[in-house]
Amino acid sequence: MSHPEVGERLASIKHVVLVLSGKGGVGKSSCTVQLALSLASQGRKVGVLDIDLCGPSIPRMLGLDGQQIHQATAGWKRLACMSIGFLLPDKNASVVWRGPKKNAMIKQFLTDVYWGDLDYLLIDTPPGTSDEHLAVVEYLQEWSPDGAVIITTPQAVALTDVKKEINFCHKVGLPVLGLIENMSGFVCPHCSECTNVFSTGGGEGLAGHMEIPFLGRAPIDPNLVMLLERPSKRLLSIVETYERCELSKIFKGICERLDEAL
Amino acid sequence: MSELNGQIPDNANEHCPGPDSEQAGKAEGICATQARGPDPDIPIVTERLQGIKHKILVLSGKGGVGKSTFTAQLGFALATDEDTDVGVVDIDICGPSIPRIMGCKDEEIHGAADGWTPVYVQDNLAVMSIGFMLPSEEEPVIWRGPKKNGLIKQFLKDVEWGSLDYLLFDTPPGTSDEHLSVVVTTPQEVSLQDVRKEIDFCRKARVPVLGVVENMSGFVCPGCHGESKIFYPTTGGAKAMCEELGIPLLGSIPLDPRIGKACDFGTSFTDTVPDSPATKAYLDIISKIKSLVN
Repeated sequence: MSHPEVGERLASIKHVVLVLSGKGGVGKSSCTVQLALSLASQGRKVGVLDIDLCGPSIPRMLGLDGQQIHQATAGWKRLACMSIGFLLPDKNASVVWRGPKKNAMIKQFLTDVYWGDLDYLLIDTPPGTSDEHLAVVEYLQEWSPDGAVIITTPQAVALTDVKKEINFCHKVGLPVLGLIENMSGFVCPHCSECTNVFSTGGGEGLAGHMEIPFLGRAPIDPNLVMLLERPSKRLLSIVETYERCELSKIFKGICERLDEAL
Repeated sequence: MSELNGQIPDNANEHCPGPDSEQAGKAEGICATQARGPDPDIPIVTERLQGIKHKILVLSGKGGVGKSTFTAQLGFALATDEDTDVGVVDIDICGPSIPRIMGCKDEEIHGAADGWTPVYVQDNLAVMSIGFMLPSEEEPVIWRGPKKNGLIKQFLKDVEWGSLDYLLFDTPPGTSDEHLSVVVTTPQEVSLQDVRKEIDFCRKARVPVLGVVENMSGFVCPGCHGESKIFYPTTGGAKAMCEELGIPLLGSIPLDPRIGKACDFGTSFTDTVPDSPATKAYLDIISKIKSLVN
């Protein structure tokens, strides 16, 4: 099936990157947000599309909870975002939809959102390899997205699911741009000892084994949660606040390696 | 029958005899013009599960909060009593984790005359997972909704559990309304946001919520024993959410790196690390669940 209207709408976007993981709760949304903030702080124009229809987290993380439709400007830097979260009547309402309705919503996101000129459109996805993933891959097929960034945590239980996700990309012909190992260790704020809460190194090992680029390893940083979850405490724009977070250095490196892959 | 097919609406149910048939309105099939009745397989599922005293769903709107870990550890801990028979079902099709966490990932399912026999990891602890049926651990399962539902239903229909005291579902919500559920969350608002949706779903689907478990709640450094909030409860955590929604908080389980290790090696955490504060939290929660269902 051909979807020329998607191509038309996305013609002004340079790179489309999907953020995927077979496992839930490994930090897809927080990595998507950090990639976006990091790219935006380098002066790129970035869009974030959240296609997690049952559990949209992006609005909360960008401090946009409760907004209806949105466009955020941070000085001359530009960061735009679209999520089903903006369309729900209240934050507790559940979205109990089956496949076809999900597909229609995703198509609408790809055809009806006016992004304007963007350097990057980052697409945050729900965990797994199901309706939402097939829909977005199918609709984007003609436009041929640049590829996918895979997020994992280091423990074996997560790696098994992520391996499946990488094989999903191979099957549907989506290039894998690289892998990020998230939640890799936690530095105790009291004694600075690093504990590998979910072990460490598993993601890098998997990237080597599957022959995909390893983009980097990010530790658990409770400051990120504070930063993303307390928009009211922020005096600076979210991009500037993030620049002061330790993790921003790591994501700067990850973005550089991502640029190389593109 | 064939000449009648033209008269049958496209959206009619299977076995619909069509409006011109003598059987119209009398046949077993349910006509599309009527409200769709319940799935005809539900009685079979109910019969299959009738020897089970308590069916508990472990739910969460959010991924990666520890549903499978909690389900597995709850299973192991309930089964420490030799007289309690426990079953664990994993119907996560895209990422079945239970076989690894319960140390039986290389097992295969055996078909018996009565259906599929689950894998026994202990005499009184049976496990059934979609993972046992997938061709390879590495192959993705790229299925859309309807195909998934078909497999889940087959799973409920065809597994021969025998009589059990507890059947724990590590799963999205099931087909019947007689289940009880335990909702797992982590403390930060991003997670609670999704969990509130799940509780809203439970209410819509009339699944009673036994209570909420807050997982990954705080972390005690093994070096200096200082406590940190890794996933900071910016909005008061599960406690505030439970108060707001009028649901019991069953307990909070701190992060312990040894839990992840136990899961990777498929062992019972409460058995292998009896001195951990997390073990105490697990056992407290389990005794609360026991007293709530009995």
